[in-house]
Amino acid sequence: MFVIRAIATIIWRDVRQSYASGGTWLPVIFYLSAATLFPFAVGPDRELLLQTGGGILWIAALLATLLPLDRLIQPDLENGVYDQLIVRGISDEMIAAARLVSHWLSFGPPLLFAAFLASGLMGLEGTPLSILLASLAIATPALAGLAVMIAALTAGLKGAGALGGLLLVPLAIPLLIFGAGSLSAQGGSALLFLAAISLLLVAITPFAAGAALRAIRE
Amino acid sequence: MAEALGCVRGGRILFRGLSFALAPGQAGLLTGPNGVGKSSLLRLLAGLLQPSAGSYETPQTNALCDDRLALDEHLPLEQALRFWARLDGKDETQTASAMARAGLAHLAEVPVRYFSTGQRQRARLARTYLADARLWLLDEPANGLDTDSVDQLGAALQSHLDDGGIILAASHIPLPIAFDIALQLQPLEELEACL
Repeated sequence: MFVIRAIATIIWRDVRQSYASGGTWLPVIFYLSAATLFPFAVGPDRELLLQTGGGILWIAALLATLLPLDRLIQPDLENGVYDQLIVRGISDEMIAAARLVSHWLSFGPPLLFAAFLASGLMGLEGTPLSILLASLAIATPALAGLAVMIAALTAGLKGAGALGGLLLVPLAIPLLIFGAGSLSAQGGSALLFLAAISLLLVAITPFAAGAALRAIRE
Repeated sequence: MAEALGCVRGGRILFRGLSFALAPGQAGLLTGPNGVGKSSLLRLLAGLLQPSAGSYETPQTNALCDDRLALDEHLPLEQALRFWARLDGKDETQTASAMARAGLAHLAEVPVRYFSTGQRQRARLARTYLADARLWLLDEPANGLDTDSVDQLGAALQSHLDDGGIILAASHIPLPIAFDIALQLQPLEELEACL
């Protein structure tokens, strides 16, 4: 009972802080700028935009994942918040799981909203649009999980932001392949693969990030 | 409470064979030169570090007050403390009373980032009082406090002891309470440390 209340309290605090500090909107603005720039760069050819737009929106989602990396774990670690949670008997895995949920809540829904707006710029509508939104909805928990893992692994290092980017991009490639692949004509199975990878990443996040937090303390 | 404790940090032995016991209502003072492992001992007892040898037993609830604030800087003090109050199952009256005991009642609405060094220290103490734990592990609790605040701290420590609480404090500044045991950590010989 204590643990559930504690986790709910932590998640509520993180989400509130994230929306209040405006950090939530940074990935959204980045996402929309990337989507706005693309038609300017390749020209207003409707066919071309329809064919490539979904892929571009997927790449933008992946890059937007990198933006909040340095404020996911580092500030609370430095400020001693995690130490105080451990003293209260909350495990590193619980802390990481709470961070995953709170990060997704402040990252996933705004990104989906931005993707909906941006798809208009690419001329996506109907089925391709719903598939794009479905694939992003499936993948955002995994992207949030990757971000939490990488942020925990690189917390306390110099240049953690740049290093985090280098680490995250290769790990996100499977998500990109199946996510963007689901937009093609025979995309049904790609969507299932995407869901499987997403589930795997979400499942290992608390343990991987928790182990990283424990290692930092020692 | 502690039995033949040993601690290794960064490949160096900080201390070993450390044994002591504190009963409810007793306070221990931890002294020794810088870098001898006072903070590490407190962190170890708080469950943040693993002992390299020996074992220890602590009450069910601990509170650690070290040099880190663990409060959200942009929030007013009361709201920042409310996070810990919720975690510890405390209500608003108890939060207000913890702030009053730390002499911060008048700063409840001020964002934590505007606090001075002494006020930050008092905010750490307020967070510790609020946790209402049996064992208080205090790392230099009087750092940056003025004379009146040290007296206030002394009163809070004394009332905790009177309630049957336990205190282990590392402090260079004399604290105005009677300590039952004094633990002096000595630096190990260089040669010994290499073994």
